[in-house]
Amino acid sequence: MTAKLSIQNLSFTYPDGIRALNGVNLDIKPRELFVLMGPSRSGKSTLLRLMNRLSDLVDGGQREGTILVDGQDIFTPETDVFALRRRISMVFAIPTPLPGTIYDNLTYGLKMAGLRDRATLDERVERSLHQAALWDEGKDRLGDSAFALSGGQKQRLCLARSLALEPEVILLDNPTSGLDPISTSLVEASLFELKQQYTVVMVPHSVQQAARVADRIAFVLDGQVIEVGGNSQIFVNPTDKRTEDYVTGRFG
Amino acid sequence: MPRQQTQKIAMTVITAVAFLVILPIIFVIGFLIYNGIGALSWEFLSQPPRNGMTEGGLLPAILGTIFLTLGTAVAAIPLGIGAAIYLSEYAGNNRLTRTIRLAIVNLAGIPSIVYGLFGLGAFVLFLNFGTSILAGSLTLGLMTLPVLISTAEEAIRSVPADFRTVSLSLGATRWQTIRHQVLPHALPGIITGIILGLSRAAGETAPILFTVAAFYLPELPNSVFDQAMALPYHLFVISTQVPGMPLQIQYGTALVLLLIVLSLTLVATVFRTIMRRRREW
Repeated sequence: MTAKLSIQNLSFTYPDGIRALNGVNLDIKPRELFVLMGPSRSGKSTLLRLMNRLSDLVDGGQREGTILVDGQDIFTPETDVFALRRRISMVFAIPTPLPGTIYDNLTYGLKMAGLRDRATLDERVERSLHQAALWDEGKDRLGDSAFALSGGQKQRLCLARSLALEPEVILLDNPTSGLDPISTSLVEASLFELKQQYTVVMVPHSVQQAARVADRIAFVLDGQVIEVGGNSQIFVNPTDKRTEDYVTGRFG
Repeated sequence: MPRQQTQKIAMTVITAVAFLVILPIIFVIGFLIYNGIGALSWEFLSQPPRNGMTEGGLLPAILGTIFLTLGTAVAAIPLGIGAAIYLSEYAGNNRLTRTIRLAIVNLAGIPSIVYGLFGLGAFVLFLNFGTSILAGSLTLGLMTLPVLISTAEEAIRSVPADFRTVSLSLGATRWQTIRHQVLPHALPGIITGIILGLSRAAGETAPILFTVAAFYLPELPNSVFDQAMALPYHLFVISTQVPGMPLQIQYGTALVLLLIVLSLTLVATVFRTIMRRRREW
């Protein structure tokens, strides 16, 4: 099977000289839940942000290597970066609703893409709320301020907001940080639904979460991929000593 | 001395100093009201001056100041907000940006009389606008620019960075992000800055001295190329240039000018308070 995302010899250096990624190679398959696991500041978020070119916002960041999405280099000048970000959509660690109603939040990306048809918007709103397990709580509150939601609801709103764009890949940067256990399990449960339809790349909240949700895992350390493997390989039979030390809690 | 006592004395002194700050404003307003309230009447506001300006009212000067304030707004707002958006959202950290910022800081430090002379040279003479509302508005607009740019820039910067990142991550372009996520939330701050800047402009004398202000012109202006009277200059004229001017008219004129400027400031403050309360985050 060809890779959905093919990361090729990718390096990234921040303007302050910190080399966050150093020659990363990874293939992420369609409709798998791929987890980037590793200690904090190992480069996982940087890698995630490169996948939809949010890394462009880093003024003076230096990139080498590239990423192919369906075989297409996303860093060519011809790439429509705004369309790319709709295809490969990011959910951030801290739930960040935009000011406005729940409905405004869910339709923002679509409206910016030029979609105006009310029926289509309504339909996308309903479907994305279902997918993010927020329909029951949210359906009667579409006109309420998004800030009126609880923390867990806000994060599911942010997930729904990405899903409303009907992306191909969903990037989840520690989506359950700061969520209570119930909200966390709701988000985790929706992940299993999501990967039926989307490719999901996720930075987990913890090693335990990685073990619960991942199909495949890359262990990332100091900007390098140490080991890639299926869930059971990484946790039961890691080939690298550092991976073993990390998953058994010796560091990280 | 025990520490608690030192603390008490220090707090008392600091509080007293803080209260001292409001004394001058109370004194100035009280003094003007006491001396000038007698001059205020409908006629004072709705009639042109008569009889060598020793009788009649202020109508042309009030309207002149209103026209000039509007002209200043038209001249300064697009440029000021444009510059603020550029500086906060687009400009990289490079030599050009630093030069622009340096220019703005220096613009703020130029004495107002120098603006007046510049306006005379640039707008009245070189661009041949003559002594006119246009030349005066441009001069006042130039003077207002630095205040406007810095308050607008600050307002734009105070919009949380997350809103921008989220908007861009949802596929919005940079301009869409500015248009839909940045400007609406920065608007209260920007408008407050505009009103405060305009209230400064409305009260200035030196920049309009050579560029627009008429000594005595009972007719109202017909176009932007006409001269106009203006309250601050009128006040200067009747206080220093006209012998036998009744004191009450001088104080009354000062009171009207102060009320206009203060009401602009008040509008800005009330507006800001309302918008802050409405803010969701």
